[in-house]
Amino acid sequence: MKALGHVFKYGDNVDTDVIIPARYLNSFDAEELASHAMADIDPEFVNKVRPGDLIVANKNFGCGSSREHAPLCLKTAGVSCVIAETFARIFYRNAINIGLPIIECPEAARGIEAGDEVEVDFDSGKIFNRTKGTEFKGQPFPEFMQKLIAAGGLVKYTLANKDR
Amino acid sequence: MGMTMTQKILAAHAGLDTVTAGQLIEAKLDVVMANDITGPMALPIFREMADRVFDQDKVVLVPDHFTPNKDIKSAENSKAIREFAREQGLTWYFEQGKSGVEHAILPEAGVVAAGECIIGADSHTCTYGALGAFSTGVGTTDIATGMATGQLWFKVPGAMKFVLRGKPGPYVSGKDIIIHIIGRIGVDGALYKSMEFTGDGIASLSMDDRFTMANMAIEAGAKNGIFPVDDSARKYLEEHTRKAYQIYEADEDAVYDEVIEIDLSEVRPTVAFPHLPGNAKTIDEIEAMEPVRIQQVVIGSCTNGRMEDMRKAAAILKGHTVHPDVRVMVIPATQKIYKQCIKEGLLDIFVDAGCAVNTPSCGPCMGGHMGVMAAGERCVSTTNRNFVGRMGHVDSLIYLASPEVAAASAIAGCIANPEKVGDR
Repeated sequence: MKALGHVFKYGDNVDTDVIIPARYLNSFDAEELASHAMADIDPEFVNKVRPGDLIVANKNFGCGSSREHAPLCLKTAGVSCVIAETFARIFYRNAINIGLPIIECPEAARGIEAGDEVEVDFDSGKIFNRTKGTEFKGQPFPEFMQKLIAAGGLVKYTLANKDR
Repeated sequence: MGMTMTQKILAAHAGLDTVTAGQLIEAKLDVVMANDITGPMALPIFREMADRVFDQDKVVLVPDHFTPNKDIKSAENSKAIREFAREQGLTWYFEQGKSGVEHAILPEAGVVAAGECIIGADSHTCTYGALGAFSTGVGTTDIATGMATGQLWFKVPGAMKFVLRGKPGPYVSGKDIIIHIIGRIGVDGALYKSMEFTGDGIASLSMDDRFTMANMAIEAGAKNGIFPVDDSARKYLEEHTRKAYQIYEADEDAVYDEVIEIDLSEVRPTVAFPHLPGNAKTIDEIEAMEPVRIQQVVIGSCTNGRMEDMRKAAAILKGHTVHPDVRVMVIPATQKIYKQCIKEGLLDIFVDAGCAVNTPSCGPCMGGHMGVMAAGERCVSTTNRNFVGRMGHVDSLIYLASPEVAAASAIAGCIANPEKVGDR
């Protein structure tokens, strides 16, 4: 599985309130949520994002609320992968559970700029910056999480284990 | 190798003798809680996995965020979880008028107890660590899975130990201590870890102080915050729950990534400036600055809407009036607290001072309703987050503070020192 697209770049502590402000949480319709993605940090995001694009950020991406609406709105808006130095723990779980690929890689977070064209190979963890010709290696997921991802998320994993 | 308090609770719930940091386990759940934002979204996911919840006594639903419902969509969401609670015969569904903010009502109603393994689809679920439980926030898919199966996967966290010594000063409470701590370690200072509070200073902290501190563990990125079960905690549990509970203690040789000592007598009233809970400034630093003029004060929430918070705010406001440029929202966190405020005459004090007193709800904390801010407005709030746009317009500003600082600021019209309010 691969991701390929242009990068939206953000700083430290991008919180779930700016990813999807609470005033939109009276709905959990994925398309509706996606139409407000990143509203309070980057109002132009929804107009500019194209399917396959990536988000690259620094420390503690997704901090704050437990709202699964946050990874869901990014995935539905077309984001193919989020790369960050670190992720807040609830966002990390939620992203895996709904199948939004995320990679922790401090070197890539520092070495990729807004607008760069970036390719990610999820099997090898390789991150290739086509614009700058640089390559990074992301942290591979622990084995258990790879199983979750391979099963297609937590619901499918749970169902498969229930039948066993 | 010894285990931390959190690791011991997780090991017991995973049926293992020992666990170590980083280990992935599946643990049995004692309480699985969702609210009117996360609950409705969990229902279709739950139905993919099961027809019935794993245990009617352990799945808990609390409509509190957009209640009393602020619009048609939020009314539909509340209706969905109300009907689900009835259909499933849930023991613990908290309807408005008999309810409150989730993290205040669950301990008060005795739904959560020491030694338990608790998940909630709300990041401030870490509050129940004040009672010596492992308690953490998760998302919707996790909560749906917990509702269906009664278990969930966890990565066993490492821990930071906070050794609290001494006694806090008269106008210093749990809120000042936790903002001080987050200011020291940063908003990702405890990322993926437990914050374990220990030391002889804990004896001087009330249960309400501890709920406030455990509540904001997430603001340092922590998986959970946890306090030992001492006499105060035992007394609270005896008064509030009929559940049998288990007391766990950290091993003497438990491994901590870091040990931080805090002298509570040195902690000053402390305020978190926009836009991070770790952006801490002491009241002395603030007094040396140009006055920070404010237009709104919020006293309430799962962080500081408890009885002691109401009493402390009322003690400051008594005999004073709110500054003409300021709107004040007081929101007791549960119906029981609301009633106790009436009994003790606190509502008279609030109303006479010129505060609006609202029904229990998360209200303006997350910018839902009951006090949303316009562009350029500033609020001193006893809530837990001061992110960009959290309480309304993207250009509004939130200063997190204790109920006493909030009350003093309401009178002064700017962020003010509660030590200097004085009697009138």
